[in-house]
Amino acid sequence: MKSLALLATLVTGALLLYGTADFAAWGDPQSPPNRNISVHYVEQAVKETHVPNIVTAVLGDYRGYDTMFELVVIYSAGMAVMGILRRREDQ
Amino acid sequence: MRISVQEARDRIPHHDIILETTVRLMVPFIQLYGLYVIVHGHYSPGGGFQGGVILGASVILFALAFGLPASQEYLSEGTNILMANAGALIFTGIAVLCALLGGMFLDYSALVKILPIDPISWRSHGIFLVEVGVGMGVMMIMISIYWDMASAGHLDEGLHMASASQTDKVL
Amino acid sequence: MIWQLDLFLLILVVICAVATITVKDLLSATIIFSAYSFLMCLLWAEMGAVDVAFTEATVGAGVSTIFFIAAIFRTTRRSKD
Repeated sequence: MKSLALLATLVTGALLLYGTADFAAWGDPQSPPNRNISVHYVEQAVKETHVPNIVTAVLGDYRGYDTMFELVVIYSAGMAVMGILRRREDQ
Repeated sequence: MRISVQEARDRIPHHDIILETTVRLMVPFIQLYGLYVIVHGHYSPGGGFQGGVILGASVILFALAFGLPASQEYLSEGTNILMANAGALIFTGIAVLCALLGGMFLDYSALVKILPIDPISWRSHGIFLVEVGVGMGVMMIMISIYWDMASAGHLDEGLHMASASQTDKVL
Repeated sequence: MIWQLDLFLLILVVICAVATITVKDLLSATIIFSAYSFLMCLLWAEMGAVDVAFTEATVGAGVSTIFFIAAIFRTTRRSKD
């Protein structure tokens, strides 16, 4: 059973490594992800939001919906842990 | 800190002078750094999430060294829940407020109707307000999860009690 | 991006990842996992993603390690298999 699991892991790993061969080169400005909307962010983010750190501008403004639900996920996790574990002595 | 050193020392079974002194010296600086990370997120790496986690970790460190009741003297359970909810409410509240004031959801430039400054500047300040909400929420949730996990939900002694009862089982 | 540094860090990441799942003592596994998180943080920083590196250092190497340790103290320290 263990050798089967090792075989499955190795095959999956080899497939993933084969998949990464098609990735664009690291930091390539001509790669497809860097040619669409990134250009607008890099050129316009400071002009449109007055935030020098583009990462903060994207996280807080352009992708604010994403950050909002990130907080909601953390909040739900905390409330779930509180609801499952916390009990007072008088109950 | 509202609790004296002697009181905190009486509460925990195994106190260590080196650990306590180090933690007492470190906690204020960690908190200052967490605040810096939150408010300086516009200019350097960091932001509400990372700063909130650092602030939460400072209180967790305090709870690890001085025991869980000492950390609850420092930050009560009611304040914890209140500020966790306030943090989530600040973010969603600002988002809804933008929609109510005639802009789009999370479009901070609509807040110009509250305080008439440059709408572009409002986008910057809106990000800052939202980051404060994220930091507050994340800090309090992290502390609350630690309290619950360390004391199995009873919020009594924390890991000190657990380690005392587990020593024979582990070794 | 320096490929020698990259290679060195990636080899350490693989060693840490394998050690985390093979070590029987769960407390040791947690500490090695923390080291793994820190090496990932170095990799992110080295690739220029400083914000992600910051998050990895605070959440991965900091708070999640404490949560794991709290869970281990409340359960058992030895893994059963």
